[in-house]
Amino acid sequence: MNMRIYIPMDSAALSVGADQIAEAVSREAASANLAIEIVRTGSRGLFYLETLVEIERDGVRHGFGPVTPADVSRLFANGFPGKCHDPLYLGPVEEIDFLKRQTRLTFARCGIIDPLSMDDYEKHGGNIGLRQALKQAPEMVVDAIAQSGLRGRGGAGFPTGVKWRTVLNAIADKKYVVCNADEGDSGTFADRLILEGDPFMLIEGMAIAGIATGARHGVIYIRSEYPHGIKIFSLAVEYARAAGMLGPSIFGSGIPFDIDVCVGAGAYICGEETAMLESIEGKRGVVRAKPPLPALKGLFGKPTAINNVLSLAAVPWIMANGPKAYADFGMGRSRGTKPIQLAGNVKRGGLIEVAFGISLRTIIEDFGGGTFSGRPLRAVQVGGPLGAYFPEHLLDTPMDYEALLAAGGMLGHGGIVVFDDRVDLARQARFALAFCAMESCGKCTPCRIGSTRGVEIMDRVIDARRTGQDSSADLTLIEDLCLVLTDASLCALGGLTPLPVRSAIQHFATDFTRTPALSYAAE
Amino acid sequence: MNWPKWDAEKAIEIINSLKSRPGAALPVLHGLNDYFGYVDTTIIPTIADALNLSRAEIHGVLSFYHDFKITPPTGLVVKLCRAEACQAMGSEDLVAHLAAAHGMVPDQIDHVPGTVAVQSIYCLGNCALGPSALVDGVPVGRLSKSRLDALISHKDQA
Repeated sequence: MNMRIYIPMDSAALSVGADQIAEAVSREAASANLAIEIVRTGSRGLFYLETLVEIERDGVRHGFGPVTPADVSRLFANGFPGKCHDPLYLGPVEEIDFLKRQTRLTFARCGIIDPLSMDDYEKHGGNIGLRQALKQAPEMVVDAIAQSGLRGRGGAGFPTGVKWRTVLNAIADKKYVVCNADEGDSGTFADRLILEGDPFMLIEGMAIAGIATGARHGVIYIRSEYPHGIKIFSLAVEYARAAGMLGPSIFGSGIPFDIDVCVGAGAYICGEETAMLESIEGKRGVVRAKPPLPALKGLFGKPTAINNVLSLAAVPWIMANGPKAYADFGMGRSRGTKPIQLAGNVKRGGLIEVAFGISLRTIIEDFGGGTFSGRPLRAVQVGGPLGAYFPEHLLDTPMDYEALLAAGGMLGHGGIVVFDDRVDLARQARFALAFCAMESCGKCTPCRIGSTRGVEIMDRVIDARRTGQDSSADLTLIEDLCLVLTDASLCALGGLTPLPVRSAIQHFATDFTRTPALSYAAE
Repeated sequence: MNWPKWDAEKAIEIINSLKSRPGAALPVLHGLNDYFGYVDTTIIPTIADALNLSRAEIHGVLSFYHDFKITPPTGLVVKLCRAEACQAMGSEDLVAHLAAAHGMVPDQIDHVPGTVAVQSIYCLGNCALGPSALVDGVPVGRLSKSRLDALISHKDQA
């Protein structure tokens, strides 16, 4: 048998030369007359080790990383892919601390299998959940998901079982399952990893959602900023049809389900569920007023189960292993595992799937190893552009829906962005408002006008730091504006933009009266 | 990247191939934008006709989404991520460098044809390897000033 060499084709790995490495490896192997087979996988999510090249020996995967194209000839000179003494040799991949300390349920296969091989997928436990669901009545599938305690992983944390039951009980000639893959939050990439690394799992999750709710049509809305994700997922849908996993009769059960891939067009607001529905219908991504709930009147006016990629991706595991096994992980009302994404100025960034309840400090210090720049950590933004900025002393807050809420933040999609001591929180607050202004759909006044007024106020505050003027009146005004945005906006974009702004003012008040000495762009 | 010149016949062919999809406006506009690099506004009445919508509705969709361009593309397109995770790794330093060393300002409307166009983008999902960019569709991570300079000068010669 040929020696197998695994090289990721995830876009994070591509961004640091994975394609060139694959070329160099096959070139070197050819000139050394070695019979090898290169398998392109997704990413393990250990971004600090990308490009992570793996070989299999006696059934154990050994890793090398971070490999650059320039390292390849030296690796071969040192014995690669056989026994190899090289500074980049990492040992067995599963033993790497960053990975070993995780609880990978959803991401169990990601980076290990060829994402487009159905054979590989089924060998690694794929489709067990779907076959299980096909044997059950829709009510039983809904019950299982409800018992698992699964809550929406997109950020809102709504119980998935309750949502599905609403759609199941709705009477209509047509129902839909819509998967929200418009992962626009900065600092998040878990959805993308699934789309590129284990797309069949998401297809399986959507098909189970179809069985549970009585929906026969699935739509996935993928953001256009993920060209590789769109390509791989679309191919996976074709292969799934060919394998009978999708189509007029799932695995011959008589139950039909199929998926349409819909591509976004660069609007952040389309991650909001009702704006997304408008966009799928071919309209401007303008937020709808609720009620009616999308579960009753959603896509094209029909009952629609809208779920995030990570919620649907958790479903096959729950169906295969039982709701109890899933609910055994986690704390309080946050059950199961949460894929956390560690990013920004951090030494070891990547995907960390752990049970709920782990503290921010453990993630940033133990997994992350501190800042990339080696400078002191100053601020951490949790939950994307609409999440709060936390100072160092709040890092012991556990990652759980309720605990973060109590600390004045939110879990969101689970992204953590680390900043070192050069961050200027007044500028970050201004950015939050500017982003809101840029991405507002324009339907409600607080968000449309308030965000722009907020930018103007922040410009005055930032200017006053230089001129030494008193800006206390403007800071009162921005508090007032934040209150209006929070209480009167139609959706989360306007409603949550105050979170980064107010947390910055609350925890980093000095930045609003004095320019931080170290800031990147010190005035 | 070399884009084909606007061709109304080809555009109609693209519209007809996509118009029967549910919610066809986005797929049709994507089809045109992907093929020509932009959507010529003279085609709006034709799209409206094909989809049985008003011209105002097509204009509305075309102007709502950041992806759809209404002017022909020029040379190389560098989509530079400027969201928080990349900010934490100095993406705004790169923006300042582009302006100082190359006279390039992101998202310029009066862009000179044949030169590098820099567009702001908010998150490519490569947040642990920032600063991040898409250069003519190819992802680039750990972007530095020198790497950016090399990308720009290389493509200017090409």
